[in-house]
Amino acid sequence: MSSAVLFDAPGPKTVARHRIYTAVAALGLLALLAFVIWKLYSEEQFAYDKWEPFITPRYLTALLEGLLTTLQMAFTSVLGAVGLGVVLGVGKLSEHGWVRWPAWAVVEFFRAVPVLLLMIFVFYSYGISRGDSGAYWSVVIALTLYNGSVLAEIFRAGVLAVPRGQAEAAYAIGMRKTQVMQIVLLPQAVKIMLPAIISQCVVALKDTSLGYAIAAPGLTVVGTRIYTNFQNQVPTVFVIAAMYIAVNFLLTLLATYIQHRLVGEKSPLDLTRVGNMQGGENTGGAGGLV
Amino acid sequence: METVLDNLDDVGLAFAYTVLLFVIAGVLSLVFGTLLAAARVGPIAVLSKAAALYVSVVRNTPLIIVLIFFRIAGPKIGLKFNFVDITIGDVRLNNLFTACVIGLTVYTSTFVCEALRSGVNAVPLGQAEAARAIGLPFSGVMREVILPQAFRASVPPLASVQIALLKNTTVAGALGVFEAFARMRTLTNKNAGDRIEIFLTFALLFVILVEIVSFAANRLERRWRVAS
Repeated sequence: MSSAVLFDAPGPKTVARHRIYTAVAALGLLALLAFVIWKLYSEEQFAYDKWEPFITPRYLTALLEGLLTTLQMAFTSVLGAVGLGVVLGVGKLSEHGWVRWPAWAVVEFFRAVPVLLLMIFVFYSYGISRGDSGAYWSVVIALTLYNGSVLAEIFRAGVLAVPRGQAEAAYAIGMRKTQVMQIVLLPQAVKIMLPAIISQCVVALKDTSLGYAIAAPGLTVVGTRIYTNFQNQVPTVFVIAAMYIAVNFLLTLLATYIQHRLVGEKSPLDLTRVGNMQGGENTGGAGGLV
Repeated sequence: METVLDNLDDVGLAFAYTVLLFVIAGVLSLVFGTLLAAARVGPIAVLSKAAALYVSVVRNTPLIIVLIFFRIAGPKIGLKFNFVDITIGDVRLNNLFTACVIGLTVYTSTFVCEALRSGVNAVPLGQAEAARAIGLPFSGVMREVILPQAFRASVPPLASVQIALLKNTTVAGALGVFEAFARMRTLTNKNAGDRIEIFLTFALLFVILVEIVSFAANRLERRWRVAS
C-alpha cells in the first residue's frame, strides 16, 4: 500500500482534518460533475434525436458489427504478433551474431516508428487498390509488425526471467540448444508472459482505432459515420468510448486473473524497459542492448 | 530521394509541429499527471477514487477517440480554444493544434500518474518507518527520504511514457495538424512511386527523435540512480 509508505496511521486531529478535506473535495467534484451535466444539457446534448441512433436496432447492429471487426483485427494482429515476436525474440537471444543483430535492428526499428506511419505506408504499398479489405489488412499488418517487435522484447524478458538453473540443468542432462529452448525454457516463459501478452491485446485493440486515418472498417469509423449523419458528435464519442472501455476492462480483468492463476502473487514480469502502453515504450539502446 | 529533398521545407515544418506537440503536451502532461498522482496516493479517499476512475476511463479509451472528442465533439459544447492563435515564422498554433495538445495531455497524464505511482510503490515500507523512528516530521520524511527515492524509481517508466507521447503525436496528424504523419501522407499521395524513401525518411527521423529522448532519459537515470 502506497499510503502506508507515505502516511503514518492518522491520529484523532488528522482524522478530523481529513474529514473536512473529504467534504470539500466531494463538494468540488460534485460541482464539477454538475457543471458538466448542466453544460451538456444547455447545449442540448441530451435531446432525444441525438441519442436516437443508439436505440435504433439498425445502428446498434452496425455498432456491434464495427466492434466485431475491431476485435477481429486486434486478435488477428495479436496472433501474428505472437508468431513474429517468438521468431524475433529467439533471434535476439541467439548466440550467432548474424542472427542476433538483424533481429535487434528489426525490433528497434519497428518499435521506434509510430504505428500510423507504418499503417499509411502499408496502405499505400498494398491496401489502396483493394478497397475495404485492403484497409483492413493494412491495419492488421502494421499492428502485427509493431506489436510483434514489442512482444519480442516481452518474450526475451520472459525467457530471461526463467531461473538460470533450469537451462543449466537441461544442458547438464545432455539436451541440445533447441531442446533446451523448446522443452524447458519456452513453456515456463509463456506462463510468465501470458499476462503481458493479454495487456498487449488491450494496446492492439486501442490501436486498431488508428485505422480511422485510412478509413479502415471498425468501431471508430462506424462512429464517425453515425455522427456525420446525425450531427450528434458528443453522444457518439461517449458511446464509442464506453464500448472500447468495456472490452478493455474485460481484457484487463482476464490478465489479472491469469496473473494470479499462473504466476501467483509473485511480482509480474518487469516490463518498464519494454513498455506496453499504447503506441509506446522505451526504445533504443536502453531496452535492447543492456 | 528527390521527392524528400524537393520538399525539405515542408518536412522540416512538419517535424517542427511534431516537436512542438511533443514538448508542450509533454510538459503539461507531467504537471497534470503529478497532480493526478498526488490525488491518487493522497490520504483523501474521495480524491483518490476520483483520480483512479479518471485514470482507468481515459487509459482504456483509444487516443484517437480522446482527440476526436476535443477536436470534433468539443466545439459542439463550447470547447473551442479559439483564443489561441500564435504564429511563429511558418508555424501557426491555432485552435486545432490546441485541441490536439489538450487531448494528448489528457491521455498522457494518466500514464504519467501511473508511472509516478509505481515509483512511490517502489519505496520499501521500512524506509518510511525508519525515517519516522528517528523522529523526522512528515515534511522531513517526504523531502529527505521518500520522494527522492520515488522520483528516481519513476524515471524509467516516465521516459517510456514520454517516448510513447512522441510517437502518439502522429495521431494529431490524422485530425488536421500538419505534423509529420499528415505531411508524409500528403507526400506519399502525390508521389506514390517514391513511397519507400518517403517512409524511410520519416521513419528514420522518428527513430532519431526517439533515440534523443531515450538517450537523455538514460543519462538522467544513470545520474540519479538509487545506490543499491
